[in-house]
Amino acid sequence: MDIVDEIRALSGKYPDRRGALLPALYVVQKEAGWLSQEALDTVSRALNLPQATVKGVATFYSMYKHRPMGRHLIQLCTNVACMIMGAERLVDLLKEKYGLEPGGTTGDGRFSLVVMECIGACDRAPAMLVDTDFHAGLTADNIFRILEEYE
Amino acid sequence: MERFLLKNIESPGSADIDEYLRVGGYASLKKAFGMEPADIIAEVKAAGLRGRGGAGFPTGMKWDFASRDPKFPKYLICNADEGEPGTFKDRPILEKNPHLLIEGMVISAYALKSERGYIYLRGEYPYAKAVLEKAIAEAYGKGFLGPDITGSGFGFDLSVHQGAGAYICGEETALIDSIEGRRGQPRIKPPFPVNVGAWGMPTVVNNVETLANIPLIVSMGAEKYSAIGNPECPGPKLFSVSCCVERPGVYELPMGITLREIIYEHAGGIRGGRELKAVIPGGISTPVLTPEGLDCPMDFVNLPKRGSMLGSGAVMVFDDTVCLVKVCWRAMRFFEHESCGKCTPCREGTGWMRNILERIENGFGRDGDIELLQDIALSITGKTFCPLGDGAAGVVLGFIRNFSEEFRYHIANKECMVNEGA
Ligand SMILES: Cc1cc2nc3c(=O)[nH]c(=O)nc-3n(C[C@H](O)[C@H](O)[C@H](O)COP(=O)(O)O)c2cc1C
Ligand code: SF4
Ligand code: FES
Repeated sequence: MDIVDEIRALSGKYPDRRGALLPALYVVQKEAGWLSQEALDTVSRALNLPQATVKGVATFYSMYKHRPMGRHLIQLCTNVACMIMGAERLVDLLKEKYGLEPGGTTGDGRFSLVVMECIGACDRAPAMLVDTDFHAGLTADNIFRILEEYE
Repeated sequence: MERFLLKNIESPGSADIDEYLRVGGYASLKKAFGMEPADIIAEVKAAGLRGRGGAGFPTGMKWDFASRDPKFPKYLICNADEGEPGTFKDRPILEKNPHLLIEGMVISAYALKSERGYIYLRGEYPYAKAVLEKAIAEAYGKGFLGPDITGSGFGFDLSVHQGAGAYICGEETALIDSIEGRRGQPRIKPPFPVNVGAWGMPTVVNNVETLANIPLIVSMGAEKYSAIGNPECPGPKLFSVSCCVERPGVYELPMGITLREIIYEHAGGIRGGRELKAVIPGGISTPVLTPEGLDCPMDFVNLPKRGSMLGSGAVMVFDDTVCLVKVCWRAMRFFEHESCGKCTPCREGTGWMRNILERIENGFGRDGDIELLQDIALSITGKTFCPLGDGAAGVVLGFIRNFSEEFRYHIANKECMVNEGA
């Protein structure tokens, strides 16, 4: 099924096609890991929505990305529970070891880092998502063992 | 206490439909189909169930409003946005007991005469999404979803709608905007969603835990159900306990249990035997309490008397190594980031307060900063579109009310009162 058909099929779940806009943005983002102008145009064509509408929505939500991301996206929580359990130190270590800053990408395009608000794992803080995998109970040690698994 | 919402979740296959059926799942649905929709609404009213998403609105009353509206179709939306920092209570239901939620939604939909439902799931829960989608497919397979459910003549369709990282979309009208494919910004109320909700139609938005209570009310009956916990707001309640306790986690306990029991009897007390300094009882948006609040019953009626709120039931415990100025600053950074920008006091005020808290935390606090914070907070209170702004103001006021000494020390000495990690 091509991507336009996939998006149009999604709109069957909603009483009008605009309802499918958020899921459609996820579908196109899956292709390249971010939303290029071309990707936004595809959504706009598939759902027959104005480009401004699509862009306005896409820029409101923080999980839609508007520039290329690394091969793996690290979403590290720094909210209160994670902060108390040492998340700030992990942010520093990522910088030391990979030269990776919040909002940035490593030079080799391997990792991008986004610091997150609470990701609902405060009982095992600090926690992060790598792509769609969830990792908790992070320490200065195990965070790199975990990340080494992601080429 | 016997567990209802988290029943059987230790079993490895708890999310599978066969396992759910094995422990008596979908029996309440069968019972519900033998009742009139109006009788189910009456039962939920009589049970005294109050919404578990934060505001504690009586569920039966909400359903009554929606069912009295003559417009059709009606929509049923499960709020699984769970964005309030400190909150992870819906997660075990979503990941380990998804059929309880689905059963609760089908019963609710039948009572409301709604044929279409959505689960609005936060984007940060990809694993829950996979579990829910599998469970929904299983339920269709066994005829618990779709047209003519188990021969009742009633049909209901359900799907997951994934959010994309905006805390404000947990607010029900912003959530509805987001399902409709818009930027998630709160709408003015009235009209309320029960009359003018998704696509302009009557819409009931309920939290995951609220909907998970429905099968229990149907199977037990209102009378037995309302004997659990505090008679003024009864039922089992999920508490997510985090930060400085020995055993953080989700605990299912009767509504109205005290903070002391939650922290010391269930969560194992303060880590390393240290001293308790402060507790946030209901997620980051609820005002902080001192240890004097430990004997306060955790419910929608008693916490407000103490100057706080039950919120989502997320208990955040701070010991004497935690700098509360820093916690307050981090909370404000959250509100600033998540303000949707619709109204000026919230959009600008959260940024100003974050800025002032940041300079206090970094040792550049000035005389008068505390009063300035209070002044800004009071200029936000009651002047915003949705409760996010009020929440942000209440958090600052709560910290200053209960821990002003720590803020003053920080400003005067340009450093923390506590030695972190001591
Ligand atoms: C800023 C804000 C965020 C909210 N986030 C959530 C949330 O993540 N989950 C939730 O169930 N309710 C949340 N709520 C409450 C909802 O607006 C709504 O009251 C609730 O979903 C109703 O369900 P209930 O009656 O079952 O509690 C939030 C409210 C506000 C103002
Ligand atoms: S109070 Fe804040 S979050 Fe709520 S509508 Fe206003 S700007 Fe948006
Ligand atoms: S604060 Fe980090 S997961 Fe909740």
